[in-house]
Amino acid sequence: MTPRTPRAKATSASAQPSYDTESATLLPTATPIQLVDAEGNPSTAETGNLPLPDDAALVRAHELMVMGRRFNDQAGALVRQGRLAVYPSSHGQEACQVAAAMVLGDQDWLFPTYRDTVAAVSMGVDPVQILLLLAGDWHAGYDPYEFRCAPTATPLATQLVHAAGLAYAAKVKGEDKVVVAMCGDGATSEGDFHEALNFAAVFKCPVIFLIQNNEFAISVPLSRQTAAPSLAAKGVGYGMPGKRVDGNDVAALLAVMGEAADRARRGDGPTLIEAHTYRMQAHTNADDATRYRTAEEVEPWVARDPITRSEAHLRSRGLLDDAAVADLKQRAEEMAAEMRLGIGKDRDLDPAELFEHVFAKPTPQLLEQRAQLLDELAREEATK
Amino acid sequence: MTPMPSAGTPSPRVEKITVMQALNRAMRDAMTQDENVHILGEDVGTLGGVFRVTDGLTKEFGERCFDTPLAESGIMGFAIGMAMGGLRPIVEMQFDAFAYPAFEQIASHVAKVRNRTKGQVSLPMVIRIPYGGGIGGVEHHCDSSESYYTHTPGLTVVAPSNPADAYHLLRAAIASPDPVIVMEPKRLYWSKAEVDLSRPRPGIGKAAIVRDGTDATIVTYGQSVPVALEAAEVAKREGRDLQVVDLRTLVPFDDATVMSAVASTGRVVVVAEAQGFSSFASEVAARVGERCFHSLAAPVRRVTGFDIPYPPPKLEKHHLPTVDRILDAVDSLQWEDQ
Repeated sequence: MTPRTPRAKATSASAQPSYDTESATLLPTATPIQLVDAEGNPSTAETGNLPLPDDAALVRAHELMVMGRRFNDQAGALVRQGRLAVYPSSHGQEACQVAAAMVLGDQDWLFPTYRDTVAAVSMGVDPVQILLLLAGDWHAGYDPYEFRCAPTATPLATQLVHAAGLAYAAKVKGEDKVVVAMCGDGATSEGDFHEALNFAAVFKCPVIFLIQNNEFAISVPLSRQTAAPSLAAKGVGYGMPGKRVDGNDVAALLAVMGEAADRARRGDGPTLIEAHTYRMQAHTNADDATRYRTAEEVEPWVARDPITRSEAHLRSRGLLDDAAVADLKQRAEEMAAEMRLGIGKDRDLDPAELFEHVFAKPTPQLLEQRAQLLDELAREEATK
Repeated sequence: MTPMPSAGTPSPRVEKITVMQALNRAMRDAMTQDENVHILGEDVGTLGGVFRVTDGLTKEFGERCFDTPLAESGIMGFAIGMAMGGLRPIVEMQFDAFAYPAFEQIASHVAKVRNRTKGQVSLPMVIRIPYGGGIGGVEHHCDSSESYYTHTPGLTVVAPSNPADAYHLLRAAIASPDPVIVMEPKRLYWSKAEVDLSRPRPGIGKAAIVRDGTDATIVTYGQSVPVALEAAEVAKREGRDLQVVDLRTLVPFDDATVMSAVASTGRVVVVAEAQGFSSFASEVAARVGERCFHSLAAPVRRVTGFDIPYPPPKLEKHHLPTVDRILDAVDSLQWEDQ
């Protein structure tokens, strides 16, 4: 038998360049895209040739970040007062939270994680409702359809596949809908992260995957999650562009996310965005960050705070003054007061409701069990 | 545009079809009536599924019956999003044991989204799972996995045993506002019956007495039903008159039909292929014991698979409930003439 004739070189040579060209366009920049530096000045770093978002957007983003920071701080205080069981804070990550919501229009959807409550609030979800689950209620607190915001997901990366599926539904129904799916660096190790990106790319779903790389998954550093050159570099493996962006520069985030949203709306499919940020606080109040990182490690990130940076930038351009800052502070305090009031009051939870929404119509077995519980409660009441 | 057949007009005639054809017809009719019904899974498209249950549907409906990347958790999660986005997805899991990677999506989301959102988000989706053994299949292709799902609150679980039920239960599953798991009796895919699909059948949640009898009741479901009916035939020749209850739906459980059947005979054998320990058959036995104790003349017996990993083809006959094993159990029900 004669050996197989090797394929003509010309064929592979002609096929190769287009592949290389394509993968090159999908790769992220060597350094994160930044439009405004840590001091609030126009960046001299990689800008990805993206223009600065318009003034109104930057002012709006700043307002939402200030509200978001106050939300984070108030929720933390409510935990210490025993009013919330736990709170995973996005303190320091407010730029990502706000940008995720701001690039979405009236038809668009957000799929947040448990650390993305500020993003949900930026979508319009009531600050008290979003905390009800952590305050001990049995449900997610808000109507996902009203705010186009899925319930915050606790099992890591599972919601990314839902986001891809909802985007697919919009696509086949011919609806103009873009979906932002959020996750952290730890979640990129989950199988569902891979499956979500793969499905979204294969079916060209209008989704933006936003990874907030805050360098920690509870105690485990990024180096234990991946050996990839960057998380954004994973995009090329799925055939979608990967973008690296300064996660504490809200201007850059709005620009990069906006570009991805435009791409999704055009029908060109998903984008993977890695926002470089930092988890300034412990995983939750139940965590002790001193066991795995030093104060010296955290220190440099204080100077990179997204809100300080945004305020300096807006002030330098005359877009924010003392009066506006004071007004904003006042509004944030009003929201915090509402949170204290809403979460601080004892709510009566109806045990009978536990059986109501397991199925559209309770099964005979659930009706029996509900009757049993109500009977127990009635007897308990009678002996009081 | 071709005119769509009006709702609920299957051909009004008796025909001989297989379980597989009935399932195929159910999906075809549902897709014809509702453009939001989509099918997704592995090899469900051009190939028509490894068992050919979706045969011809891609040809007829195009991308509404589509192949996905080979990733079961992804398929399940994608379907959740599709349902949230207004579609009615039907997921095919290729084999029982291949559904395990999707278990987190099923247990943590499919089953809980309605409750988590206080009823504001419902997931009208169907999960079709070919289950069970007796086909000479290798490892991971013969599991009876229904108890994982029946144990999870929020999941409706049906298990048809014949072509008519396969058609009507799948139609009901597609129409349900809740997620429904259809345990498809793999071994019976090719079994035929004369049916008139235009005749309505009892809906989800209703068991059926498929054979009247006065001496003892066999409670069973899915692909154990024909085995139980055969056992009843043999028992008849031996002088015992066995009643057979086909559960049809596992969740919600039809306590009323089962308990009244048991009360009428006073003796019960529960038959299922799944490993018996901590299984759905055990749930049935426990319910009968709790609710019918005073009607019982003997302890409830279970005939199930052994508590071993599903055995290889040459040994599976020892594992599966057989006519003899069912009759032995019936014989042990403390008869007065013994």
